[in-house]
Amino acid sequence: MTETPANQAEQLRLKERLARLRDLPLLRGVGVSGEMARLKRQLERMDAEPTADDVWKSVELARHQDRPYTLDYVERICDDFIELHGDRSFADDPAVVAGLGRLDGRTVVLVGHQKGRDIRERTHRNFGMTYPEGYRKAMRAFELADRHGFPVVTLVDTPGAYPGVAAEQHGQGGWIARCQLAMARLGVPTVACVIGEGGSGGAVAIALADRVLMQENAIYSVISPEGCAAILWRDAGEAKKAAAAFKPDALHCVELGVVDGIVPEPEPGAHTDHDEAARLVGESLRAALAEVEPLDPDDRRRQRRRKFRSMGLYLE
Amino acid sequence: MEGRIDVTVENRGAERADGDGKRHPNTCPGCHSHYRDDELEQTLRVCPQCGHHFPVRARERVAQLADRGTFVEEDAGLRSADPLGFFDLRAYTDRLAEAEVATGLGDALIAGAAAIERRPCELAVMDFAFMGGSMGSTVGEKFARACERAAARRAPLVCVTASGGARMQEGILSLMQLPKTVCAVDELREARCAFISVMSHPTTAGVLASFASLGDVIVSEPGALLAFTGPRVVQQTTREKLPDDFGLAESNARFGHVDAIVPRAELRPFVGRLLSLFSRTE
Repeated sequence: MTETPANQAEQLRLKERLARLRDLPLLRGVGVSGEMARLKRQLERMDAEPTADDVWKSVELARHQDRPYTLDYVERICDDFIELHGDRSFADDPAVVAGLGRLDGRTVVLVGHQKGRDIRERTHRNFGMTYPEGYRKAMRAFELADRHGFPVVTLVDTPGAYPGVAAEQHGQGGWIARCQLAMARLGVPTVACVIGEGGSGGAVAIALADRVLMQENAIYSVISPEGCAAILWRDAGEAKKAAAAFKPDALHCVELGVVDGIVPEPEPGAHTDHDEAARLVGESLRAALAEVEPLDPDDRRRQRRRKFRSMGLYLE
Repeated sequence: MEGRIDVTVENRGAERADGDGKRHPNTCPGCHSHYRDDELEQTLRVCPQCGHHFPVRARERVAQLADRGTFVEEDAGLRSADPLGFFDLRAYTDRLAEAEVATGLGDALIAGAAAIERRPCELAVMDFAFMGGSMGSTVGEKFARACERAAARRAPLVCVTASGGARMQEGILSLMQLPKTVCAVDELREARCAFISVMSHPTTAGVLASFASLGDVIVSEPGALLAFTGPRVVQQTTREKLPDDFGLAESNARFGHVDAIVPRAELRPFVGRLLSLFSRTE
């Protein structure tokens, strides 16, 4: 559908209705970008509370083996990309990709979790589960970006940080904390997008950004459905019930003020059309960057801090 | 799939190799000596026989650390909401009510102004007995406010942690308490206030992966479990053979993650000396 003025007006009207419907802040352009059909579909979905089946469908799609991964997006979104390796201290963690890329003529620093497509690559990438070395590589890339004034884009897609003996000995918890702190301190614009599994601490380590986006079928959660079920239901088989209870889907994340916008996917999911999925992600990343780029670095840092400072719900 | 368990575990502290679950809380897991409660209170809840450090409840910890009568609690009225209407085998609101009755606390962290060895500071203390010391919005908010009060008063912050991680009943909002508390520490740092993080048993998952690890100085108690992922989950997921001291304070010290392991009887003077050194003047 073409973007005629009338069309745009209709889009705006729909967006406003959408925001009112769920009593959400208007999604400042980034929210539900794309064409009318998508907006309408989104609207229909938002009319109804997602069911347990809807939530579970997101879980399955977010983990779909054909879903595009970080490097699939990078090669489609960036005009040029040079990967940087190593944490300058100990090792190079293949579960995290970091590098310099060109987006619309400007240089950006890109950091993302990377899963593997076949069994060999999956093992090599450790299923996207990061060691402390991966967070140190990310931090090195963030600091490089800050020094040179490059915006930072992060793509989040991990089942969680790696739960192994060596990872613990290398300080898994401490590096996740310091990686978040490094992001909090950046003066340059930062945008994060959850493109698959936003698994817990391993995910949030690289998601403390000015704008946090989430793909329509991505999930973002404090624990995996299986883990939650194993603990609270004492049965990992109750994962579907657990997922319905803790609501890791994009709509709920927007509603709870955790993400700023939802990036639409081609029907029935990003795995069916990588090019179109990448186009939509690219479009949203550009829009989100454009929002935060005009700010002064100190203001940007303050606003970012205020945004995360205000998250949560409690009774006074 | 348990490998995906990251920042949350309601009760991970109970999974130490020696815990058989049925042990009386005042029976020492190290040497099986049994004590009356008042005996343990006298010894700061450290076993006189073998030196095992029993868990300390938040109010008792405040009494152990702060100069008598100096602690002024803030935000005592803050309570957890139930943002997701969470219901597993029981409702989250029921669990909260039960924890409040059982512990006499509004949530798993208390905070306020205090003095330690005559040095004024902001003191925040977690309580594992309140839902495994898990961090939901209320714990995150109370910690962030403690940072802000410390910054406003130009006072150092002392925080004693004991937590199984994020409170999964609050879903993604509990995960967001990680960046939230990290941002609060950033603000504290900007105000040039010292932050002394005391990690007691257990400090795990989401709390270890956020503010607890960001202390200017990190102190731990002997034998405390300090791990992002607890031993049971690591074992189940990776089938690796775990070292005997996996995740314990002593192992963390060896790998360079904590500055000092301080026995409980020496904790108060140690923190006092730190506060004195951070104050720059005698």
